[in-house]
Amino acid sequence: MATSELPTGEFVLPKQKTIWDNLLRMLRRQPLGSAGAIVIIVMAFAAVFAETIAPFDPELENFEYMLSPPGTVHEDTGKVFYFGTDSFGRDQLSRMIYGARTALLVGFTASFCGAFLGLILGVASAYFGGYIDLVLQRVCDVFMAFPLIIMALAIVSIFGTGVEMVIIAITIPFIPNCARVVRSSALALKGLPYIDAARSVGYGHVRIIMRHMVPNVMAPFLIMLTAFVGQAILTEASLSYLGMGVQEPTAAWGLMLQGGAEEYAESAPWVPIWPGVAITLAVFGFNLFGDAVRDVLDPKLRSQT
Amino acid sequence: MKGLAQKLGIAVLGATFAYSASTAKAAAPEYGGNLNIVVGSKIPSYDGHIESTFGMIHPIRPFYSLLIRENPDNPASPTDFVCDLCVGDVPKGTEGGTKYTFKIRTGVKFHDGTPLTSADIKATFDKIVNPPEGVASSRKAYFKMVESITTPDAETLVFKLKHPSGTFIPSVAMPFNFVYSKKDLDTHGFKWHQKNINGSGAFSFVEHVQGSHVKGKKYASYHHKGRPYLDSYTALAAPKMSVRLQAIRGGRADIEFRGFPPKARDDLVKALGDKIKVQESDWNCVLLATPNHEVKPFDDPRVRRALTLSIDRMSGSKYLSNIAIVKTPGGIVFPSHPMATPMSELQANIAGYGKDINASRAEAKKLLQEAGQSGLKFTFLNRGVDQPYKIVGTWLLGQWKKAGMKVDQVVKPTTPFYASLRKKGDFDVSVDFNCQSIVNPLADVSKFLPSAGNNYANFEDAELENIYNAMLKAETQDEQKPLLRKYEKRVLNDLASQAITLWWYKINPHRSYVKGWKIAPSHYLNQSLDNVWIDAAEKKRQGVN
Repeated sequence: MATSELPTGEFVLPKQKTIWDNLLRMLRRQPLGSAGAIVIIVMAFAAVFAETIAPFDPELENFEYMLSPPGTVHEDTGKVFYFGTDSFGRDQLSRMIYGARTALLVGFTASFCGAFLGLILGVASAYFGGYIDLVLQRVCDVFMAFPLIIMALAIVSIFGTGVEMVIIAITIPFIPNCARVVRSSALALKGLPYIDAARSVGYGHVRIIMRHMVPNVMAPFLIMLTAFVGQAILTEASLSYLGMGVQEPTAAWGLMLQGGAEEYAESAPWVPIWPGVAITLAVFGFNLFGDAVRDVLDPKLRSQT
Repeated sequence: MKGLAQKLGIAVLGATFAYSASTAKAAAPEYGGNLNIVVGSKIPSYDGHIESTFGMIHPIRPFYSLLIRENPDNPASPTDFVCDLCVGDVPKGTEGGTKYTFKIRTGVKFHDGTPLTSADIKATFDKIVNPPEGVASSRKAYFKMVESITTPDAETLVFKLKHPSGTFIPSVAMPFNFVYSKKDLDTHGFKWHQKNINGSGAFSFVEHVQGSHVKGKKYASYHHKGRPYLDSYTALAAPKMSVRLQAIRGGRADIEFRGFPPKARDDLVKALGDKIKVQESDWNCVLLATPNHEVKPFDDPRVRRALTLSIDRMSGSKYLSNIAIVKTPGGIVFPSHPMATPMSELQANIAGYGKDINASRAEAKKLLQEAGQSGLKFTFLNRGVDQPYKIVGTWLLGQWKKAGMKVDQVVKPTTPFYASLRKKGDFDVSVDFNCQSIVNPLADVSKFLPSAGNNYANFEDAELENIYNAMLKAETQDEQKPLLRKYEKRVLNDLASQAITLWWYKINPHRSYVKGWKIAPSHYLNQSLDNVWIDAAEKKRQGVN
């Protein structure tokens, strides 16, 4: 009688993956997205810990040091103006760090509010259909007919400037953009049997929309959301550059650019260069990260690429 | 050796003569050419009697004449006036300073060929001084002292005043008092000049292309013989400062009359060297910080006083003059005028002008504490114009912050800014300005009267009104001066109704081939262009077509 021998030796479980393994995997699969994520993390760190890491009060005027080049040492405190100073003698580095806070505050708030309201409107529009859908989509058409910056300019012209107004001005154009994309996904869901089943058991409209439809359109929602953050930062900087956004003495990159681009580009190039680099990097970072999120969340697109 | 020295001496002498001759030739005005001006503001209408903007004055003033004007060869003087349409010297007041008789030039014609007489000037000043119901006149208030205007004959114009007034002649010389044809006013009505031009100035109207340019050509029958020197001028519209700057730098424009900030001047000089000439002057324009007395806690004089005490005007003058078109600290009167209070007196008597800023700020903090407003928070309303509003505004926020105040800034474009300042009154503290053309201290300081239409501080004070009325009736400067000091102290110190920041400083870099134009203490003055000429050889040397 033949006998089979059990394999001998120790049974080895597959190695548990650490955070570092996951990070390395992500770096390998999404190198550009990872680069974007790093930029975002650095920005977020600067924004959260601005009080700790900024060497100077960003609004403190040191006229004795106006337009000092990078590396100038403050004689009284011994601190260094690593990025130089602006025409009011304010430390550029400190204003850059605090500017990250303004950019993220505007970027995230406008994106979340715009995308969330767009999500609700888009799903509701698809769910109810008929005249409600028709009216909502025509309203969206009207708003989407204007480029983002034009719409934002019109809104701040009517309601005024300042951080809150800039957030509102950027949020409003985002709503129809997100609603339109989400609606197309929600239309496909609307005809599925589980929605009919939910209706047949007597669930209310709000419950069906919020618990059964919204969770299933999260992929396009998240893609739009990440794309919006970069756009919001760029729009905030544009509005501030045009003098229609955040106002002095608040530290904001667009405002810093406005205060230096025209007058000091030749004689004190550090005044416009740093905020210009910051805006470019931030928008680039969010766009790369957004693309990576899209690749991960949208299987169709992933297969095409 | 002796012969060589002789030859060398002759050569040097000859060269000196040749140089002198060439400079003498260069100094003589030349005829011809087109002057390109860049203008940074729109033209609301052509009517000088209702407008107050340089956007209208710079392109339109050359089409018109005035009864009297600032001396174009000495525009820096705030007291030197000469006849334009009158003859001889500017008349002195007779009958105790209550009668002014002007003899009018003969042979002057409007551009449409209509002869100009005293009746035209009377019709013009009737429109300015006593406009009919529904007709606007921006400078009506300057002529409150005028009792009557009469024309005994075609060459004589008489102003009869209710009382002697030191403000009368400077008011007549204001550059907005364009002389219109009586025929036009009678035929077309009082609003015709808002959209039409018919003057007797050095240039006649050719065209106005909206958003592009205004063009004028030499008026051959101009009443100042031998002038103008230019064949024509073109006023190019360029709202953005960078565009105006590059236009001069690139030779597209020859001059800008409002003024550039110091940095722009430095860049132009660095880039163009001797191709640029820079003229600079104190400017009869000042920015104010105006608290709204109807809003708490600015109804409390201690809080208002704390605002002015916190401002370091001396250091502001030193540093802001490097980045903005402001420079001179002063009181309520244009600092270069003989009636202005000297700095030593201001330092001794007025809050916020002391030499020790730390002591001033300590006093400001103490006053705020006494008023229960330690760590005062408020919003500062500003106008969305960079130079000098936004720069001075940001500086002010820093000054108040150093005295423990927390200030947010709201910046509004010009129209909503004025709506807030003038109509809504929905501000805590606002930037405001007092910009005048002719330096006319008694008229200029009327801005600070509670009853003045352009005082936005929203308060009443009978004492201030009484001092001002007494000042208006004082006949001589010696009588006016102590009253003016008292008035100033009441405004800036006792009531602290408004705070003076810094007086503006005018910087006009222009192509060095532009000759004959002299800077004045206002961007509204010396704009008739009849004394401007172009050095063709120099222009050619600079390679500008």
